[in-house]
Amino acid sequence: MPANLMFRLLLVSLLWLMPFGLINDHAHLSASTEVVEFSDPKLRDRYYQLVEELRCPKCQNQNLADSNAPISTDMKAQIQLMLENQHSNDQIKHYLVSRYSEFILYRPEVNENTWFLWFSPLFFIILGALVVWRYAFSGRSPEQSMTTLTPEQQKQLSKLLDQQDDKL
Amino acid sequence: MGRFALYVPLVLFAILTLFLLKGLDRDPSELPSALVGEAFPAFALPSLMDEQRLITENDLASQVTLVNVWATWCFACRIEHPMLNKLAANGVAIVGINYKDQNQPAHQWLEQRGNPYQFNIVDASGSLGFDLGVTGAPETYLVDARGIIRYRRVGVVDQRIWDEEFSALYQQLMSDVK
Repeated sequence: MPANLMFRLLLVSLLWLMPFGLINDHAHLSASTEVVEFSDPKLRDRYYQLVEELRCPKCQNQNLADSNAPISTDMKAQIQLMLENQHSNDQIKHYLVSRYSEFILYRPEVNENTWFLWFSPLFFIILGALVVWRYAFSGRSPEQSMTTLTPEQQKQLSKLLDQQDDKL
Repeated sequence: MGRFALYVPLVLFAILTLFLLKGLDRDPSELPSALVGEAFPAFALPSLMDEQRLITENDLASQVTLVNVWATWCFACRIEHPMLNKLAANGVAIVGINYKDQNQPAHQWLEQRGNPYQFNIVDASGSLGFDLGVTGAPETYLVDARGIIRYRRVGVVDQRIWDEEFSALYQQLMSDVK
């Protein structure tokens, strides 16, 4: 059914777009609900970047921007204060991590606990590519896989094929 | 290859199963404690009983202390309170942090339910709580005589939690002091 097919194609293409953030621009959705005043508009951009990227320590899987938990409110206020006091993003993250641990980083730093998380996708892609390579190119070539028949067998084969023709 | 390759999916499946099995036992709300092994953060906050008196981190030093974060708005603290009374009766030094609370209800609370605390730190704005990495109440910290945080418990401390998680470490820290 063409309509059904169209729908499926559309769905599949949407699913492909999602990870790239093309149809789910979260930052702008959640940020628009709060009013946070800054002396410099650049600070506001950094603020939204930070509250998107930091995780609420009290809630299950919510970032600070989405969370209304009291602790998130405190953390957002602290981020705002530190931004106004000219702290860098790294300083702010370090300040919060020293209190709330690496749990709050949605983009964790590369260290001994997280190297597998960071590098396993690359590892598996290379592994997959190797497997594909092996199956696609280094298997038997088509000529090799063709079996040669002895004259006796050849005769038998033609006989069978002739029988088939007769029936038709 | 050949034969061996047939077992690769099975091995991968077994590894995946082991990872997922391990994941079943984990509590996803459990936070790694950033401050265990660190010094108790510096602060200067008023005492609940005597608001003129300023308490600092130095008041915690020189003894093994159980620091309990509580508030009158915290329902689980009601459940925890009898256990704190019992520990205090057994000689455990407990210091309270009255977290994001008001003084009047806090006084009432202690009158009604008993006061297991040597003193209470008034943290109305939650600033000390923030430095401690507190995410809510109740939370309990075991601080050694040098003022180093040795253990942290998020949630209610009851008899079972005390026996399983605090008791051995507390005894050890106490014997270190002597």
